[in-house]
Amino acid sequence: MSEDGVVKKFMYVNRKSPYGTIYALESLEVVLITAAFDQDVSLTFTDDGVYQLMKGQQTDGIGMKNFSSTYSALGDYEINKIFIDKESLEERGLSLSDLQELVWEDEDEDYAEKSSINLVSRAELSEIMNKQDVVLSF
Amino acid sequence: MKLGILINEGPYQHQASDTALQYVKAALKKGHEIYRVFFYNDGVNNATRLATPPQDDRNITKEWSSLAKDHGIDLVVCVAAAQRRGILDKGEAERNGKDSDNIEDGFRISGLGQLVEAGIQSDRLITFGD
Repeated sequence: MSEDGVVKKFMYVNRKSPYGTIYALESLEVVLITAAFDQDVSLTFTDDGVYQLMKGQQTDGIGMKNFSSTYSALGDYEINKIFIDKESLEERGLSLSDLQELVWEDEDEDYAEKSSINLVSRAELSEIMNKQDVVLSF
Repeated sequence: MKLGILINEGPYQHQASDTALQYVKAALKKGHEIYRVFFYNDGVNNATRLATPPQDDRNITKEWSSLAKDHGIDLVVCVAAAQRRGILDKGEAERNGKDSDNIEDGFRISGLGQLVEAGIQSDRLITFGD
């Protein structure tokens, strides 16, 4: 929480594929810092950003650090609102089964494991974005 | 209104920093307060005093520096992004065993928490990027 106890709704919009540019990696770095401030954080994956969550990423051939396992730690940081743009997945011939399963543990229900992933249409996404205080787009 | 500014692209390659400069100048003219300008991603490259653009071109780094001086604006460069890209102040240069620093007057290097804080404290956080 900030010193004066303000909690704002922060949404991170991830639009780029994971390794072509640094946006995905550096977005994730801000997300993790924001969690330390006890803000209300959510993540959106849209456009090529849906590739960031692909299962079975292998980066040996391109000599870059594979940071895809970090997403599975988001639940531990109490970041459990992950929105996936349904149309972006479909446009790329993907479905949820191609993506990592991201979960969090609900303290109020004896630490039951729950999915953090919400598959939403673009129309729904625009409504959710409208309710945010801060939207950061990478 | 209290405004936070985020710049995610480097100078000259991309228009983001130019547009942000114009935006900040216009906002100040209208009486708004600039809470902080935060430089992230390649945006940290706006802070190098070693850049030497042609004399008949604008010097974006100098423009930020003099704007900060004239209006007391807090220009903050993300430390992690800056280390990756070789933007260093004196302390960072010493800590990392480098032979010199290159940060322009008016900029300071700090953590990503300063961006989050700008999001919390400002009425609006405006991003200039790709």
